[in-house]
Amino acid sequence: MKPDSVIIELSPEFSVGAKQALQNTQLRRNMGKATQTIRAKRAAVVGEMHDWEALRDAGERIKADTMAHLDVYIEQLEQNISAAGGQVHWASTAAEANEIVKRLIQATESKHIIKVKSLTTDEIRLNEALEEAGITAIETDLAELIIQLAHEKSSHILVPAIHKNRSEIRELFQKAMNLPDLTDEPKELAAAARTFLREKFMTVKVATSGANFAIAETGSVCVVESEGNGRMCLTLPDVLITVMGIEKILPRWEDLGVFMQLLPRSSTGERMNPYTSIWTGVHPGDGPKEFHIVLLDNGRTQVLGDSVGRQTLHCIRCSACINICPVYERTGGHAYGSVYPGPIGAILTPQLVGTEHAASLPYASSLCGACYDVCPVKINIPEVLVHLRGRVVREKHTHVAGWLDPESIGMAGLAQVFGSRLSYEAAQSMGKLAQWPFVHEGYIENGPGPLGAWTAMRDLQAIPDQTFRQWWRERNVHDDNAQ
Amino acid sequence: MTTTRNRVLADIRKAITQGQRPDHQTHSFDVGGIVPQALSAEALVDMFAERVTEYKAWVGFCRMAGLSAAIAARLALAGSRYVIPADFPAAYLPQQEFVRDEQLSHDDIAAVDGVISLSALGIAQTGTIVLDAGVGQGRRVLTLLPDYHLCVVFAGTIVLTVPEAFTRLRASITERRAPLTFVSGPSATSDIELNRVEGVHGPRRLEVLIVDAPGH
Ligand code: SF4
Repeated sequence: MKPDSVIIELSPEFSVGAKQALQNTQLRRNMGKATQTIRAKRAAVVGEMHDWEALRDAGERIKADTMAHLDVYIEQLEQNISAAGGQVHWASTAAEANEIVKRLIQATESKHIIKVKSLTTDEIRLNEALEEAGITAIETDLAELIIQLAHEKSSHILVPAIHKNRSEIRELFQKAMNLPDLTDEPKELAAAARTFLREKFMTVKVATSGANFAIAETGSVCVVESEGNGRMCLTLPDVLITVMGIEKILPRWEDLGVFMQLLPRSSTGERMNPYTSIWTGVHPGDGPKEFHIVLLDNGRTQVLGDSVGRQTLHCIRCSACINICPVYERTGGHAYGSVYPGPIGAILTPQLVGTEHAASLPYASSLCGACYDVCPVKINIPEVLVHLRGRVVREKHTHVAGWLDPESIGMAGLAQVFGSRLSYEAAQSMGKLAQWPFVHEGYIENGPGPLGAWTAMRDLQAIPDQTFRQWWRERNVHDDNAQ
Repeated sequence: MTTTRNRVLADIRKAITQGQRPDHQTHSFDVGGIVPQALSAEALVDMFAERVTEYKAWVGFCRMAGLSAAIAARLALAGSRYVIPADFPAAYLPQQEFVRDEQLSHDDIAAVDGVISLSALGIAQTGTIVLDAGVGQGRRVLTLLPDYHLCVVFAGTIVLTVPEAFTRLRASITERRAPLTFVSGPSATSDIELNRVEGVHGPRRLEVLIVDAPGH
């Protein structure tokens, strides 16, 4: 798969993006406050569910079953949506999906669409594709609107404008909506967005959305939201086009009851989100007259075929792993250069676009495991990260140049050194000699050569005068004497 | 079209057979939160009321006989022109003019001061009201465009947990193919510095009238 077909708006490597982000103190302050607030809210509402672990198990089991029989469920879904008056389309790539959506919009002759925030349409870059065809997509989610007005990219899957504070938002709105007297009171800002978007909701005849879940058994599609812009887009227009990844399916109606407990508590830290819409095909006299759903593969079947990576498809995009991640908290979302940031982005993006196109992302983690603990469907993110790191290294080695890079040479050397006691001890004595110009009070703060990359972020403890092995040997000698 | 469909399906099948393919599982769903029998009927209603209030919605109680008077009292505070679903039971309404939804345009609906509707059920554990386009609930746009929503919930329809609600709602989907809307408080956003602000696009004011009756 080509990287341009998906997700990555490749900014440089993660480490480069991270370094830039870390220099922005405003960003770090916004991010720190935001992630702490949302973590505390989540912890409180998760804490009041005494069967939370059983719920997580159920979520994991349902998803594993879905993936194991995805062909059966997806055909069932197709059948039931068609029977209810909806039209089902299939797309194996982003380009195919965009083409389908574009044609459907062109058939209505509308030049505008209203849009519910959807990661999947971000992933396929629908807005850009439509723009080329002369169709303007209006984002209706408050945060997406902020991002769109600022001509920026989202930095969080749930709160895309998490990196913007209220005075920055006020400035944007003042200009875009021509409201010079607007204050930075959140209530007033929200009211301004309400007025601005109401007119669009009442006049634009086509909407696009993503989907949080779709039920194979009934053909129902579910969108979970807060502001009501979702309800507006799902009920007011004549034509509704939903783009959904094939992994969002749930087998049975009651399965949704499990996920409607897991998702709101994990994502916004609420017992329930303000609005959830569930519709089944076309409802005569109520809502859109035409309903289309585009079932999107775009790399997902590749992930499905990997026994370790497959669990990545269980993700319900709650963002709990992102909010808990100590790396994300400091760098923010843009450093990942991917529509999906944080721990989930670090495992999903490389699998969708191929590790060769996102080789630095599996390393954007300290493997602390906090993401695994909070994940409502128990995706073992560290396990997948390590698995992908292995893949990155193996891929490097398929190229001759890969064997010659300093890391590979270093690792090969280390393998030798660790391979025998004699060479290990010899290396320690050599190291002691070699390090002395760099040691300050027992630490190396600015290492030479490749060591510099390590010591740029952390100090390295110097090799002590007496190594553990020497101490152990001498200790044994003393003990022997004592006997 | 069909070729893409077949390609995606073939890719799925190939991917699935590469991994282990366990037998079809039937799942157990007794993951409901609190133990149901621990709550009396009153405690259930109280929990529902308390949790709806936490979303900054107004909650009131009345008996069946006092329903129309209670509605009249609330409406007097919010405005003068109200829309109701075409099949809203007349017996529940006070003596005043209402706009019945007989093919109203979106603009007509957006122009009223508020809407009154019944509901399918309430979920105590989460403070959620579910609308399923049943009697007195109307089409979805009706409870969406007006700025004020007065929603009547019958105490007998309140369940404790989310899974219980899903069990009850199965028939709405399979028998009537009804659209469902879950409402937990008035519309809200946390997009500005994560402060919850009530009232973005849906009704900015939600009021819930709990009627001491099994149902309508
Ligand atoms: S990986 Fe888990 S915690 Fe992270 S967004 Fe997905 S479901 Fe949520």
